[in-house]
Amino acid sequence: MRKVLVTLGLFLVLPFSVNATESVTTFKLANGMDAVVIEDHRAPVVTHMVWYRIGAADEAPGKSGIAHLFEHLMFKGTARFGPGVFSDTVAANGGSENAFTSYDYTGYYQRIATDRLELMMEMESDRMRGLTLSEEDVRTERDVVLEERNSRTDNNPGALFAEQRMAALYLNHHYGIPIIGWRHEVEQLNREDAFAFYRKYYAPNNAILVVAGDVDPENVKAFAQKYYGAVAPTEGLLPRSRPIEPPQIAPRRLSYSDLRVAQPYMIRSYLAPERNPGDQTEAAALQILAELLGGSGLTSVLGEQLVLKQKVALQSAAFYDGMSLDQSGFGVFVVPAEGVSLRDGEDALDAVIADFLKKGVDAAHLERIKAQMKASEIYALDDLEGTARRYGEGLTSGLTIQDIEDWPNILQSITAEDVMAAAKRVFDKKKSVTGWLMRDDAEEKQ
Amino acid sequence: MIRFLFSFLTALLVALPVWAGLDVQMVTSPGGIKAWLVEEKSIPFVALEIGFKGGTSLDLPEKRGATYMMSGLLEEGAGNLDATAFQKTLESLAASFKFDAHDDALTVSAQFLTENSDQAVELLRKALQEPRFDQVAVDRVRAQIISIIAGDKKDPNEIAANEFSHLAFGNHPYGTPSTGSADSLNQMTRKDLVTAYKNAMALDRVFVAAVGDISAEDLGVMLDRLLGKLPATGGAMPPKAELHLTGGVTVIDLPTPQSVAVFGHAGIKRDDPDFFPAFVMNQVFGAGGFTSRLTEEVREKRGLTYGIYTYMASYDLADMYRGSVASGNDRIAEALDVVRAEWAKLAANGVTDDELTAAKTYLTGAYPLRFDGNARIAGILMNMQLDGLPVSYLTSRNEMVNAVTREDIARVAKRLMQPDNLRIVVVGQPVGVTSTD
Repeated sequence: MRKVLVTLGLFLVLPFSVNATESVTTFKLANGMDAVVIEDHRAPVVTHMVWYRIGAADEAPGKSGIAHLFEHLMFKGTARFGPGVFSDTVAANGGSENAFTSYDYTGYYQRIATDRLELMMEMESDRMRGLTLSEEDVRTERDVVLEERNSRTDNNPGALFAEQRMAALYLNHHYGIPIIGWRHEVEQLNREDAFAFYRKYYAPNNAILVVAGDVDPENVKAFAQKYYGAVAPTEGLLPRSRPIEPPQIAPRRLSYSDLRVAQPYMIRSYLAPERNPGDQTEAAALQILAELLGGSGLTSVLGEQLVLKQKVALQSAAFYDGMSLDQSGFGVFVVPAEGVSLRDGEDALDAVIADFLKKGVDAAHLERIKAQMKASEIYALDDLEGTARRYGEGLTSGLTIQDIEDWPNILQSITAEDVMAAAKRVFDKKKSVTGWLMRDDAEEKQ
Repeated sequence: MIRFLFSFLTALLVALPVWAGLDVQMVTSPGGIKAWLVEEKSIPFVALEIGFKGGTSLDLPEKRGATYMMSGLLEEGAGNLDATAFQKTLESLAASFKFDAHDDALTVSAQFLTENSDQAVELLRKALQEPRFDQVAVDRVRAQIISIIAGDKKDPNEIAANEFSHLAFGNHPYGTPSTGSADSLNQMTRKDLVTAYKNAMALDRVFVAAVGDISAEDLGVMLDRLLGKLPATGGAMPPKAELHLTGGVTVIDLPTPQSVAVFGHAGIKRDDPDFFPAFVMNQVFGAGGFTSRLTEEVREKRGLTYGIYTYMASYDLADMYRGSVASGNDRIAEALDVVRAEWAKLAANGVTDDELTAAKTYLTGAYPLRFDGNARIAGILMNMQLDGLPVSYLTSRNEMVNAVTREDIARVAKRLMQPDNLRIVVVGQPVGVTSTD
């Protein structure tokens, strides 16, 4: 079988050289706002996004959750467009809207018929500076956020476990603080906190406009100048500077027990480099390493060994996301099979990683992964919102347009040697946290 | 503002069939298999959706979970390929196949590149016509599903939804989880899975939609290859599900900080003349987004939840009107009081002209925006067929929304909204909420 597959792989490499091309235009407004326009003329629909270079990792000490709470407050209305008017207008036009907060960015978007783009830009630019907030607005929305935290985190032992692991992985960097915030700090957030945060960070020189769809870049530019161009920048806003990690010199372990756990599992996260401007090779090698080790259920190295052959795991995976302003994480994960302890599951995992470091990369496997990555560029053309998001995330994660466009070719250029070198660097237990999620402490006698 | 927007939308609707590129061709293969096709050549790939009506409701008594488990095994080895070889071939082709089974259908979503479509179709053919159900794969998938079931039993959302369905449908397949139970799965044999396969995947219940870089002629040839050798008929469809719901509250104790509530009662059939009024009414009442009454009252005004919604739960064999909300244990009682009050208010007073206009403009304007992307369009076209809708629905749907009047909604609100018949299932440790029976 293997032989057949190798030939298949070689056969496939040629046709995949057909390139998927996105039509992307960029410009910058005089007040410092960046803009990206992605054309797709298949349907008269547009996605309009504004991304701010502000996220949970930029919050002041003691104010965790303010970036996310603020994202909610942005829907509360301005002097010009009162409470609910923006949302009602989007809905009345058949559009959809939402917003999102991460460690490195906060974003707002509407998806709507193309000829409503100007209206969206008018309203979005208005709330960049014009928000009015009552004490009542902040109090009520804080309660909504606390219920959101209940739904996402406090009702979910796996999410509580993830919070603890992140807190242990970062000794100093704010990636160790949950995006939604620690409950006791969210409970104390107030209108004054919200406004201080807003005035400083919600400004054109801290924002990126992304417009994707059936648009003419020249028109978008004219609208952008008219609406966003009129908004005053925040003077003296410095590039983001965050606490950085000290050398990590001790492996960390933790276990979290919760009676609501049905299926115990273990995860280890290693501190890992992220994609950096002009320097994405290491991240690309890690991306491919994650695919090789645990990107699929049965054909990845972990799946083949732990699930298929040794049958010690129900499921295994490896994951890495290089899209991050500061140091990211590389993770491996094992759900032990019935009757297998977390200890044995972890030992089996370590043995597979050690074996992989010794034996290296299977060439046919690497070929398959690259073929899939190449093809994913074609499939991505069917997902305009995904493409828009990729640019927004990239730019707020410190990358340039060039870096974002270079990424697929960098992935294709990665060799087996690159992958092994990256693997040897990243699998350093001193920079890792190993976590066990369990039902109760008595369950695992070591 | 609203008036201006409304006139704009009228223009947009007229333009719909043209801009959405929805030139839907009715294709019949040489072997007689029918499909809906939208040719879209700008990206070199095809999104193919295949749906088999029936789904997990076809499970035989005592074999609950067979169809769900069988669908999970279709990608675990077929023809001359074991599970690993099958996956490796799929990866080499950079294609993706997803198999899923729910209450009313087993669905297959495939995407493959034009340049190697012959090989991808051959692989999919094997999965559909020659699944192996190797014992080693059966055991592996069984263990994975049993782990999922164990997780569901501790998840407040799953517990609430499953209890609600059980109260509603008892021992009808709709009344128990599609996954089956650990007991039923432990007794599931390879033979049971082959039976489930033969019952579920037959030509008398298949629907196909394709969108992408393929001609009608090529699609016809492809369908005969993919499906032609499936059996002509499958298992008997189960009977209509009788709804056993009664008004009242069921509390299930689970030590967790936030209570999850599922609520609802009988609904309205998809082909009932009042379905569209009910659908528009639900948009005003609880369909979600920032503009519905329940979101306004429970979330925006009182901060009692992150999300509350209602929906027309239309199944092939039963209809319900259902909703859900989650609030802290000490606040869920207040949230449910608001839900009950709004339920009664809607039954008594219907909706206002402004609410009706806003709901219509939203629904009619949002509909064309759904058709972006080959994969999404293929999914919509297949679901329409599973729901028994004609292709003309693509244009008539908005007309039916626009035809709904305030009087229609007043009538349907009185008929549909029955505050006394509301069953509420609460999972958590709610304060001030107790079981009524």
